Amino acid sequence: MNSSSTHSVAGQPQADGHGDMKSYFVGFALSLALTAASFATIMSDIVPHSWRLGSMVALCVIQLLVQLAYFLHLGTGKSQAQNTAIFACTGLLIVIVVAGSLWVMHNANINMMPTQAISQNE
Amino acid sequence: MSNPSLSATHDSAHHDASSQTTAGFWVYLMSDCLIFAVLFATFGVLVGNTADGPAGRDIFSLPYVAGETALLLLSSFTFGAGMLSARAGRRGPLLAWLVTTALLGAAFVGMELHEFAALVHDGAGPGVSAFLSAYFTLVGTHGLHVTLGILWLGVMLHQAWHYGLDEVVLRRLACLSMFWHFLDLIWICVFTFVYLRAFL
Repeated sequence: MNSSSTHSVAGQPQADGHGDMKSYFVGFALSLALTAASFATIMSDIVPHSWRLGSMVALCVIQLLVQLAYFLHLGTGKSQAQNTAIFACTGLLIVIVVAGSLWVMHNANINMMPTQAISQNE
Repeated sequence: MSNPSLSATHDSAHHDASSQTTAGFWVYLMSDCLIFAVLFATFGVLVGNTADGPAGRDIFSLPYVAGETALLLLSSFTFGAGMLSARAGRRGPLLAWLVTTALLGAAFVGMELHEFAALVHDGAGPGVSAFLSAYFTLVGTHGLHVTLGILWLGVMLHQAWHYGLDEVVLRRLACLSMFWHFLDLIWICVFTFVYLRAFL
């Protein structure tokens, strides 16, 4: 459940799980600002090159949490705890599938010699 | 499906059924999320395999993608505002918000189709390289979801107009709002890991 506790970073809009106009406005404004920051990271020279990937991923994750909290009303409250737990399990599966695929295929690429190179060595 | 007599009961048992439905729909969304995760993983593996065709930075336009993002973000907000009207029992504002959301969604799909058509026209169609196949599959699947969401919006517009804001219509609207916000989440990952990443 450590993933659900990080949602409190993004804020806990409404206990009843429906939100109000203010929470939608806040979520929308935060999303716009984070999106603008994401595009500015890549399209301008504000962020040094070596930091770009990290800040781009961080902005993406923050915006996902903001929208989960303010638009989908996911949180640690009693009515949303079940959904949050299901989301956390799915998140774990996604990390395993995506990171595992990239890791395995990257290793396959660097460890497998191209067939042409092998035949040339022989 | 939409039996108006179902709305006659407003007891707590009905409220349980409603929250069970949204919980079940959430499980569906998570399974959909896994589909996108696999498509993202495929894209990540194949992104370098351009087969002498164009790479991402040769064909993507970030200002165009920023425009698409703005449309989808705004539509998420208008749907949220519509859900507040629905819960307050105000049908007129709800219908107006839903129409606005559908128009924004349609504009997004239109921009995406225009982008795809331009790519195919410029010799960067899905058959050119593994990278482009993965790109069209991933972004196209999201676009297809948005298209189906617009269709569902049309159905809910009709139901809200015809049956009023009874328990059943509210429940379906709640599911659709989850679906719509979920597509916004997927798009955040798309513009970050497909479009922005190409210009690192």
